[in-house]
Amino acid sequence: MKEFFLTGNLIDTVPQVSTVWSKRDLWETIKVRWSVGRMNYKVKPGIYAIGQPSEDAPVFVTGNFKLSFDHVRRALAGMSAWLLILDTKGINVWCAAGKGTFSTKELVRQIELTNLVQIVKHRKVIVPQLGAVGVSAHEVKNSTGFSVIYGPIRAEDISGFMKAGMKATTAMRAVTFSTWDRLKLIPVELGYGKKYLILIPAIFIILSGLNRGGYSVDLAYKDGLRSVFNLFVAYLTGCAITPVLLPWVPFRRFSLKGFLVGMIATIILAWFRLLGSTLLEIISWFLMIGSVSSFLAMNFTGTTTFTSLSGVQKEMKTALPLQIGMASTGVITWIVSKFILL
Amino acid sequence: MNGFVYLKDVVTLELDREKCNGCRMCTIVCPHAVFAIENKRAVIVNRDLCMECGACEKNCPESAISVRSGVGCAAGIINGILRGTEPTCDCSGSGGSCC
Repeated sequence: MKEFFLTGNLIDTVPQVSTVWSKRDLWETIKVRWSVGRMNYKVKPGIYAIGQPSEDAPVFVTGNFKLSFDHVRRALAGMSAWLLILDTKGINVWCAAGKGTFSTKELVRQIELTNLVQIVKHRKVIVPQLGAVGVSAHEVKNSTGFSVIYGPIRAEDISGFMKAGMKATTAMRAVTFSTWDRLKLIPVELGYGKKYLILIPAIFIILSGLNRGGYSVDLAYKDGLRSVFNLFVAYLTGCAITPVLLPWVPFRRFSLKGFLVGMIATIILAWFRLLGSTLLEIISWFLMIGSVSSFLAMNFTGTTTFTSLSGVQKEMKTALPLQIGMASTGVITWIVSKFILL
Repeated sequence: MNGFVYLKDVVTLELDREKCNGCRMCTIVCPHAVFAIENKRAVIVNRDLCMECGACEKNCPESAISVRSGVGCAAGIINGILRGTEPTCDCSGSGGSCC
């Protein structure tokens, strides 16, 4: 099957790749950012040609997540190079390296499978620095004779790296997490709870009809919609607002950051008398919004570029029981508030 | 790095300076500049910036570095607890959303 981003074949079998994104590449990128088909956005592993590479041309290694592939080939515009794609099951380099698919074994396998020794005269492969989580440079050298040179973290720095004689500056070696980086991740974060986005609001709407006199459909509609709105606010503060404002929200623990932002949102809602009609219901929403926002913000640790396993485990040990305790107390208080006018 | 620091004094990173041959590989692969070279040997200079990714351990030819590496991800840790496994994000599983 001929892929649309290929422009031809070199030395019979090596497909040649375009360095320009088509409208279709861009549209697919947008879809993937919004989690559409994210788990099946792959290119075929193996060797590709950029421009008219000779046997002296550099070899760049990346994973087979098409978004990674696209960024690397775009960054190689104007160059002639080889692109060696590892089978990372459609996952980006860093995550795949952590999971063991972007690995020493897979790199060695692709070097052998593509017969790289016949394609290039030199014995160097340029691996993105974050791939080092899964690749052991000295083991690759021992198995294949190829030296691993760790390139820059970001594909856009490849050109600067090559001009400097395959040297990465300190800035190219440092992982960053800019506001724009975090904004790009929000759509994925918002998709986190998609399994529950209908179920939980439905339960709240149904329960909202409960009152001392029995059940009221009218109340289910009126209080139910307000409840769903409150839940949505908690979802937004945990999944979007806290992540975007991350460096400016005080505390190191993500659970505390999320709790604080949730509390501020709750106070604003209370100010506009949107939380509830009774004191008990208002208290219940403080507990529910606070815990939900705190939990969701804590989950953002997995998306960041600087949290450690030991740190997250330490944070969760105290945060998770508190979140569960607060959420369940909140739900019970909320149900009780339907029957007691306090 | 941009003021992003996670919890203090929690990481499991260890460096045996006696074994170090000064190859600088750890300073190259670390995404958070945790290592520097002093007197021709590696030294940990930014311990609390370590995210336990394990790149340094994997690329140290003298096995001078050890770290319990894994995903610093709350959802992954919960996944691990529920399944009784190591913390895992499991992107390749049944279509769950992940990194």
